[in-house]
Parts: sequence; C-alpha cells; structure tokens
Amino acid sequence: MVCKQQEATVHLTQVVEGKIKKLDLCEACSKAKGVDDPTGFSLADLLMGLGASQEIAQAASSGGTSCPTCGFTQADFKKSGRLGCPDCYRAFSDGLEALLKTMHKGHQHVGKAPGSPAGQTQSQSRTPGRPPEDRLQALQRSLEEAIKVENYEEAARIRDEIKAMKVATGGAVTA
Amino acid sequence: MHLLEFLRPAQEAAKQSGPQDKIVLSSRVRLARNLSGSPFPGWAKKPERIRACEAIRAAVAELPEMQGAFAESMDALSGLDKQILVERHLVSREHAAKSTGSGLVLSKDESLCVMINEEDHLRMQSLKPGLQLHEAWQAIDTLDTRLENRLTYAFSAELGYLTACPTNVGTGMRVSAMLHLPGLVLAEQINQVVQAVNKLGLAVRGLYGEGTEALGNIFQISNQMTLGETETVIVERLSKVVAQIIEHEENARGTLLEKKPKVVFNHIGRAYGILANAHSISSKEAMNLLSLLRTGLDLGLFPGTVRSLVDELTILTQPAHLQARYSEKLSAEERDIRRADMMREALRTVNRPVIPPGTAEPLDKPPSA
Repeated sequence: MVCKQQEATVHLTQVVEGKIKKLDLCEACSKAKGVDDPTGFSLADLLMGLGASQEIAQAASSGGTSCPTCGFTQADFKKSGRLGCPDCYRAFSDGLEALLKTMHKGHQHVGKAPGSPAGQTQSQSRTPGRPPEDRLQALQRSLEEAIKVENYEEAARIRDEIKAMKVATGGAVTA
Repeated sequence: MHLLEFLRPAQEAAKQSGPQDKIVLSSRVRLARNLSGSPFPGWAKKPERIRACEAIRAAVAELPEMQGAFAESMDALSGLDKQILVERHLVSREHAAKSTGSGLVLSKDESLCVMINEEDHLRMQSLKPGLQLHEAWQAIDTLDTRLENRLTYAFSAELGYLTACPTNVGTGMRVSAMLHLPGLVLAEQINQVVQAVNKLGLAVRGLYGEGTEALGNIFQISNQMTLGETETVIVERLSKVVAQIIEHEENARGTLLEKKPKVVFNHIGRAYGILANAHSISSKEAMNLLSLLRTGLDLGLFPGTVRSLVDELTILTQPAHLQARYSEKLSAEERDIRRADMMREALRTVNRPVIPPGTAEPLDKPPSA
C-alpha cells in the first residue's frame, strides 16, 4: 500500500528494464495517478513520485538522524523527497542506496566529471579528471557486480561501453 | 532591458527550422548542478540563497556564450513575464514560481538558458529546433565545462553530480524531445507508443512538462534515469527512440490518408471552419485545433500557407502572450474573444483546405458515362 490510508484494490505489475516492479494502490491513489487507465501510465513515473514514498520512508528511517553539515533530518527528506545539501548523500547513504536502486540503472556514476579540458565533447565516453584506466576499472567493477547479481542486460550494456571506450582511446588501454 | 524587448517576436521564433521539424518541434538537454559546500536552494536560508545566486549569476554572465544575454533576478520579473517564459518553454513552471534569491540568464539567441536556484543551484538547458539532441548536448556540455572552471560543483566519484532530488543524481541530465503526433492520436495508436516508450525507462509528458496534459497532440519524451550510464549513451538511446516514433507517426499519417481519408479531412476541415469563424475560443481548444491545422499543412491541404503561420499563432494565442498585447487586464472570457478575433484575422488569407484530386467525387460527375 502506498498511501497507507485505504485498502489497496489496484495491484500493478510491470517489467521495467527487465526487473519486475509491483505496486499496490487504493482506488483513490490509482485514479489520482491515472493508473485506472492501464494503457497510459508509467510505473517509473509512479515510482518517482508517489510510489517511491516507501523507499523514501525506508531511506529516512535508517542511517544517522540528521546531516552533520546542514542539519537536514530524515523527517525533512520524508516530507519533501529532496535532500538538504550535497553532504546529505553521505549522511543518509545507507538508506539512500535502496532508493537509488529503484530509480536508476546503476549505482556507479560513469558519465562526465569535473576537471575536464573543454572541447572534448565529441569523444564517446570521456573520463575527465580521471585517467581512462580508472574509469575502465570502475566499469569492470560494475560489470562484475552486474554478473554477480545476474543482471545480464546491464552486464551486456557495460560490456559494450567498455568496448566503445577501448575503441575511442584507440586501443591504447588494455585491460 | 525589458524581457519583451529582449525576446524575439513570435513571428521570428516560429520561423526557426531544424531537422525533422515537421514532427519534432524541439530538442532539449538540461543539466542539474550544485555548488559544493552549499545547502540546496530548497533548504538554504534566504541570505544563503541570495549569496549563491549572485555568485552563480556573475560566473554565468562572464561566459562567452552569454555575451549580450538577458540576466535578471526572478523578483524583478512580473508574473506576466514569467508566464511568457514558460509559454516559450524557456523556464520551468517551478522556476516561474520563484522570486527573491533565484535568477535567470538567457543567451542572446535564446538557445541557452541558465535557471539559478530552481530546485538545484543550477539548471542549465540547451534548446534547439527540430531533432538535434546530440547538438543540444554538445552545446550545454561546452557551457558546463566552461562554468566548472569558475565554480566548484558538488560531485562524488561514486554518485556523480549531487542534486537536491535523488532522481537527478549522476549525470544530472534530462534529455527531451517535443513531438507533434496527431497521426498516432487519430489512429488511436498513441497509448501503445506511450506504453512502449515507458517500458524503455523513458517518460512521456505533456506540453509544459511534468504533470501536464498532452494539449495539441504534443508529447515530450525524456529519460528518467541519470545514474549508471554516460551522457552519450542516454542521448543516443533517446535519439533512436525518437527516430522510431517519427517513423510510426509518418506511417500512421500515410495509413489514415489511405484508409480513412474522410476522417482526416473531416477533422482538418472542422478545425479550419472553427478557427476561421469562431468569435470566442479557449486556449485549450485553440491549441488542439491549431494542431489539426498544422497536420493539414503537413499533408499539403493548404497550398500557399506556411507552417510558421500556425506555429506563430500557437505561440501568440497562449494566455500570457495574448495578455501582453493589451495594456488592460483581460478576464478569461475577454481573452477568449480576442483570441478568436486574432485567429479569424490571421486565417482571412488562408483558403479552405484543398482535397487532393481522386479523394473526392466531383459534384458534376455524369451518371456512369
């Protein structure tokens, strides 16, 4: 149940990115989210908004009570779904992990990073600020992890990315 | 300079063209960034917000892309100005609701826009006509790279760019394309397409973004996930999906015209009839009928009329744009009347739709000659 106020009568199952997501909603919530029309809604959308409240609640109930940097509390996060400052990610990291997993493809950033020289925009998958070896290692790690949890779709994607990266760096990197 | 003097006239804005602009109205890439060691705007106290806003605005204004830009604090803009910015898709509705401690820097050509202290310290976007997702990403990537030499971003090696909402963490990037899909709507295939797109982890939204309805057969398609993939991979996937949707839309139009020409001509003819003759019309109805008029233009039913006329009317008949033409405050009813007046006047020189030969029987057809 999402709103925890009325009995859930609408039960949803959808495959998102190869993972089965289930959600139980009461009639009012399902109408509010347009779920009563099964053709025109996105469970992902739902998970980002209303549906994520379970994960948010979970995220908010574990870890420290407040962020040492900005004083933001778990209750604040539960209320707004937003964090207080960049350091909140560290302060609430235990609980956030599950939340991030439901929202995103992976849990390791592989995109752009600060400190890059300008004008590298064309390169396939650049790793500004870090030498490509580091990035490659990070990708290899994610690959191993994906295989471990049997997420083969994700593994195939990372494998392709590693391949593309090796091509982009002109084969200079060997791993 | 006043905003209305800065913005190019609707007539000029409507003339922009880009690849595939029959179906893809615009391409947009937005990046979310925050300053290191500073609370996010939603949690920051007012003086902190003002301080961050000033520091960011100064850094943004120095960029070469932003020479001759429109830079203003949100509290200096009127409600009408802000609504016009929303109607031009230059700022989010959320940002339009901001005031003291939030700001805006808009490049001279209006293709780059930096919102300061929206939900994040920086929300910067590149907007291009037609299907130009890669180009939009490159433009905003360059701006971002220049800006990071002047500001210190909140970044973690594991989680990437740290954002106020965990849904944006990682690349902080939202790539979206605005699509005009009357064929798929008329052929009742749109729900299938929306479902398929959702299954790929992409979102489909209405005209003005999150939580808005699909007025005028316009749909926005964007990525949902921002962590665990590179920007290029995300842009590439969205480009592929958009290319597929274009194909489906073209097919739907072709099939409709072949199998149900009367349904198509009926919709377009009625849309023309109402727009050219109504004396009161709501913004919503106008948006939907203009979409059909645009479809008629695409199908060649209005020879001699250019698409930019419809696009110009689409911009100008939105509530704030309409209000901006009059000094006195108009009520919704008065706006509906002025909107209809404007439509009739604009369509005076547009002839009724021409039905392609072979699709209608001539009236004077001799009995089985």
